Amino acid sequence: MSPWLIGFGFSFGYPIVSTLYFSFMRYDGLNPPTWRGLENWTYVFADLPKFWPAMQNTLWLAVVMVSCRVVFGLGVGLLITRIKTGAGVFRTLFYLPYLAPPVAATLAFVFLLNPGTGPVNSLLEAVGIPAPSWFNDADWAKPALTVLAVWGVGDLMVIFMAALLDVPKEQYEAAELDGASPWQRFRYITLPNISPIVLFAVVTGIIGAMQYYTQPIVAAKVASGVMGGSGQSFQPGYPDDSTLTLPQLVYSLGFSQFNYGAACVVALVLFAFSMAFTALLMRRRGGLIGSGD
Amino acid sequence: MTTATLPDRTDPSGLPGRPGRPGTASPALRRARRRALLHWIAVHSLGIAAALFFVLPFVFVFLTSLMSDDQALTRDLTPNSWHWDNYLKVLDTPGFLTWWKNSLLYAGLGTVLVVVSSIPVAYALAKFRFRGRHLSLLLVISMMMLPPQVVIIPMYLFWAKQMDLSGTLWPLIIPMAFGDAFAIFLLRQFLLTIPDEYVEAARIDGCGEFRTLIRIVLPMAKPGIAAVALFQFFYSWNDYFGPQIYASENPGAWTLSYGLESFKGAHHTDWNLTMAATVLVMAPVILVFFFAQKAFVEGVTLTGVKG
Repeated sequence: MSPWLIGFGFSFGYPIVSTLYFSFMRYDGLNPPTWRGLENWTYVFADLPKFWPAMQNTLWLAVVMVSCRVVFGLGVGLLITRIKTGAGVFRTLFYLPYLAPPVAATLAFVFLLNPGTGPVNSLLEAVGIPAPSWFNDADWAKPALTVLAVWGVGDLMVIFMAALLDVPKEQYEAAELDGASPWQRFRYITLPNISPIVLFAVVTGIIGAMQYYTQPIVAAKVASGVMGGSGQSFQPGYPDDSTLTLPQLVYSLGFSQFNYGAACVVALVLFAFSMAFTALLMRRRGGLIGSGD
Repeated sequence: MTTATLPDRTDPSGLPGRPGRPGTASPALRRARRRALLHWIAVHSLGIAAALFFVLPFVFVFLTSLMSDDQALTRDLTPNSWHWDNYLKVLDTPGFLTWWKNSLLYAGLGTVLVVVSSIPVAYALAKFRFRGRHLSLLLVISMMMLPPQVVIIPMYLFWAKQMDLSGTLWPLIIPMAFGDAFAIFLLRQFLLTIPDEYVEAARIDGCGEFRTLIRIVLPMAKPGIAAVALFQFFYSWNDYFGPQIYASENPGAWTLSYGLESFKGAHHTDWNLTMAATVLVMAPVILVFFFAQKAFVEGVTLTGVKG
C-alpha cells in the first residue's frame, strides 16, 4: 500500500497542486516563473481564439460520438446475443477493431476516407452517393472521427452483451405470454434491466471524450500532409480547428508555444469536467463498483 | 401472436428445419417454424452486414499494403501484382526496428512493473478492512479517470528539467513501479470475486499475509492478472501521447505508435508502404488477442458490469 501512496502523491497529488500553482504564473520553461495572478485565466477565456472552438469540439464529441457509440454498441450487443450460428466468429470480428492501435487505426481511416484515392469514396460514388472530403473538410472531419470511434465499439459490445445475458429469462417469457411485441419487450424489460450499464457507458464515454487526443491529432497531421517528426511546427485542429480538442490545446499551448501557465488553465478546465463526471459515476454506480462489504 | 411466439422456447437453438416431421406438424407450428427461419435469416444478414463494416477496413488496408507505389495512388481496390517486398522495405526503413524494440521495452518492462506493484494494493483494497479504505478506492478511481493532459506540465517539468530524462522513455516506465490506477481497479474487481473464506482459512492456519497473497490468492487470481497484463501491455504499445511528450526530440527513443505517424510523413504519398507499416503495428496486437481472447473479454466485463 505505501509504495503506491508515494506513487499516488507523486503522480496525482503533487502535479494537481502544481498545475494549479502554474496556472497563476507566467512560465516559459527558460526564465524563472513569475506570479501573474489571474492573467492566464482571463487570457484563456477571453482572448485565446482557439479555446472556444476546442471547447465546442470537445462537447460535440462528448454528445454525438458518445451517443453513436452507445447506440451502435447496444445494437451490436443485441444482435450478437441473437446470432445462433457462428456466434464466436461474429463476436471476434466485431471485437477486433477495438484492439487496433489508435495510431494505426487512424492512419487506416485517413487512407480509407481519402477523397482522392480512398476506397470508401470510390464505393460511395459507384452507387451514386456524393462523397464528402471527410478529414479534409471542416464539416466532415468530426463525423469521420465518429465513424472511426464507432468502428472500435467492441468494448461496449462486450459490456452490453454481458448485461443482456444477465436479464432474467422469466421476464421475457411472462411478457411473451401477455402478448408483448418485440419493441415492448425491449422498452419495458431489456432497457430497465440494463439501464445502469447504459449509464456507465455514457459517463465513461464522456470521460473518454475529455481525454480524446491521439486520433484527432494523427488524423489532422496525416490529412494535412504535414511531415511528422521533431522540429516540425504543426498546428493541431486541421481543417480550420474542426478537430481541435481541449487536450490538444494543452499540448500546443505548453509544448509548442511554451506558455505553461495558459496550458495549466486549460488542464484545470479538463480536470473539472472529468472529476464532475467521475463523481456522477461514483454516485450512481456506487453499488456496482462494489464496496466489498 | 401468443401461439406463434411460443415455439421459440421449445426450440431454443432457433435453427430452421430442426426436429420433427413436417408432414404431421400443425399449421400453427409450421407458421412458427417459418417465423423462426425468417428471424434466423434476418439476424444473420444483419450480422454479416455488421461484420463487413468491422472487417473491410482491415481487408482494404492489407490489400493496399501489397500494391505497387503507382497503383496505391489509384482507386483500385485489389492489387494487380502482389508486392510482398513492401514489407521488407518497411522493415529496412531506418529506425523501424529500433521503434519496435523501444515499444517492446516500454510495454514489456512497464507491464511487469505495473503487475508486480499493483497486486499488493489491489489485494489490500479488496480483502482488508482499514480506515480510509473507501477514500483510497475513491482516489484510485479518480486517478483512473484523470486525463493524462491534466498533470502533464508539472510531470514534464520534473522529468525533463530536474531529472534530465527527456529524449528517453524512462519518464514513462519508472512511474509504473508505483502501481497504476486502472490495473489496481481491475485487479481489485477480480479479487472481489474470490471468496473471503479462502483468505480467512489461510490466516487461521497461521499463514502470514504475504504468504497468503503469494500461495493462496495469486494462483486463483491468474486470469485477472492475465487481463491486467494484457491491458497494460496494449496501453503502452498504443500510447502516443507519452512518447510524443518525452521522446519526440530523439528518434532513437520513438516507439512504433509514435514513429508510425512520422513514417507517413517520411513516405509522403507511399500509401502502400504506409499501409504495410500499419499492418505491422496491428499484427502483434491481433495475434496476441487470438491466444488470449478470454482474458480480454473478462477484463472488459469486469470493468463494466460486475462488482
